[in-house]
Amino acid sequence: MEPSNKTVLPRNLKLVFRRIGEQLEAYYSGPYRSVLARAERDEEDLFMLLVYAESLGIPNPVSLYTLELQPLMLERFHEWHQRMGMERSPLDEMRCC
Amino acid sequence: MNAILLMVLGLGGMAAGYFFYSRFIADRIYRFDPEFVTPAHEFDDGVDYVPTSKFVLWGHHFTSVAGAAPIVGPAIAVIWGWLPAFLWVVFGTVFFAGVHDSGAIWASVRNRGLSIGSLTGHVVGKRARSIFMIVIFLVLLMVNAVFGVVIAGLLIKNPGSVVPIWGAIAVALLIGQLIYRFKFNLGLVSLFGVAALYGLIFIGPSVPVSLPETVVGLSASAAWILILFAYAAIASLLPVWVLLQPRDYINGLQLFVGLILLYAAVLIGSPEVVAPMFNHNVPEGAPPLIPLLFVTIACGAISGFHGLVASGTTSKQLNRETDARFVGYFGSVGEGALALAAIIAACAGFASLEDWQSVYSAFGQGGVQAFVDGGAVILNRGVGIDTAISGTMLTVMAALFAGTTMDTGLRLQRYIFQEFGEIYGIRWLGRPLPATLMAVGCCVLLAFGAGGADGSGGLLIWPLFGTTNQLLAGLTLLVITVMLVRLKRPVWITLVPLVFLLMMTLAALLIQLNEFYRKEDWFLLSLDLVVLIAAILVTLECVAAFRKTEKQPVGDEL
Repeated sequence: MEPSNKTVLPRNLKLVFRRIGEQLEAYYSGPYRSVLARAERDEEDLFMLLVYAESLGIPNPVSLYTLELQPLMLERFHEWHQRMGMERSPLDEMRCC
Repeated sequence: MNAILLMVLGLGGMAAGYFFYSRFIADRIYRFDPEFVTPAHEFDDGVDYVPTSKFVLWGHHFTSVAGAAPIVGPAIAVIWGWLPAFLWVVFGTVFFAGVHDSGAIWASVRNRGLSIGSLTGHVVGKRARSIFMIVIFLVLLMVNAVFGVVIAGLLIKNPGSVVPIWGAIAVALLIGQLIYRFKFNLGLVSLFGVAALYGLIFIGPSVPVSLPETVVGLSASAAWILILFAYAAIASLLPVWVLLQPRDYINGLQLFVGLILLYAAVLIGSPEVVAPMFNHNVPEGAPPLIPLLFVTIACGAISGFHGLVASGTTSKQLNRETDARFVGYFGSVGEGALALAAIIAACAGFASLEDWQSVYSAFGQGGVQAFVDGGAVILNRGVGIDTAISGTMLTVMAALFAGTTMDTGLRLQRYIFQEFGEIYGIRWLGRPLPATLMAVGCCVLLAFGAGGADGSGGLLIWPLFGTTNQLLAGLTLLVITVMLVRLKRPVWITLVPLVFLLMMTLAALLIQLNEFYRKEDWFLLSLDLVVLIAAILVTLECVAAFRKTEKQPVGDEL
């Protein structure tokens, strides 16, 4: 029994440490989760504006590159216009729904 | 009397409150239902609504509500003797704060996790919501001004704490970077943070920093207040992950370390309480115990600020409704324990009654500095830490709490100004920088307006801050009571505290009004009048709400 006990203990300890780590993590991030998520969303909205600048009539010198990104942003674009209170896509060339 | 007895009676009383009274209100009054689908599950979005372990949530709630206020208030209030402060903290925690906090969580959870401000609008009415916004604005204004003055006082009286207090900001900045940019393990970072903070506390007394008596024509106190507000303005504009989040975290850890050390030191050192049970020689000019005690100690007995935390963030993360008892009620018990530690430090940390009386020579004297000096002696006798270092440790603890509250308070005030800007179409006010400058301007005006050019008398508004805070608590209790009336449940558990708070608040405001009039302090008189009008409006709202509720049909939810 002795040797097996020795192997079990460190594993338990590891689990204990991991559990403490998880609780600390939750304690650290919990109160600020929403503020950070909102800040991240604001940044994404800005990025969206950059990508779709040309479609909105803002001259974009790097439109060659941002054009390539547009299909990748389609899903987020749909989320964005719905979040902004527009049920349908506001851009004619972007028919996401 | 021995401080251990005070500690055992106090902690025992609050524990009994948790085990018996909170069980009673949870089962019979609020009737927490383990099967009820909480907003955290119903609207789980991984952002605002996240089911969270009750222990983690208790940690958040406790560390959010426990700050410098439960230290400053009790440490001022012991001027009337230790017994009144002790009784108000223990009974206040058991019958007021616990009921209020768990009730605020319950009210919010039963209403889709709405904040208490929105709840006031929904449950009581739109007018009550407007009053709520005014009271909140006043609370924030006063808390920022008072804490600026408190920290400035601490920095001047404890030059050894200047390096650790400002150094803690550097440590927090470093922690933020280590966690977000370099993805370091949080456990290791926490150990590093606490070690670095205590390292700074250890070296602090050897590198004392004092400002010269006058800095560009200003007194040292006024200069520190301006520096602090400049810092708070910058801090409140920074993204939260850079400074506020790691600072809050370190403060939380520091709170646990400080509380455990203080109570351990009382147990080991067994100090004698030198302060009188009732102070029969209250210094001239001190206001009467009733009603001022009940507004001098707000946080630590009952505080409206808790309702904001309980309904703002806690209720959205509650895993099961039954957890509200542990998170809300036991969270208040935690704060009560901090207030009790402040009472013990301010009453048992002095060599003799004469020493104590020389510190408490006037109302508003003693206060947080008495907590620091008394606590340092207790820590020295109990756990053998040198008084210079233990004093620095407690100064840093109080100053960091106050500082974080200032950062958060200014940020919230900025949001209010930005909202004003949006509502009234003032575009420039909608931007962060002008809104922050407006918020800082108001706070600085109050800090200096209340205390003269050196800002030293800013603590005169402490009882006014307490009154406003109690009004906020009154509004939350009103919401809970109206809900209970509609559910046809016993209302005395919230109605009695509500009536008591309103009576004490109104009486305290009238007494202070008279005092300010006699002193011809027109600035504070005007401020008192504003709070008095708010108090009368809250009272009228209460009467109107009950009359309206009587006529309404009974429903299960609101």
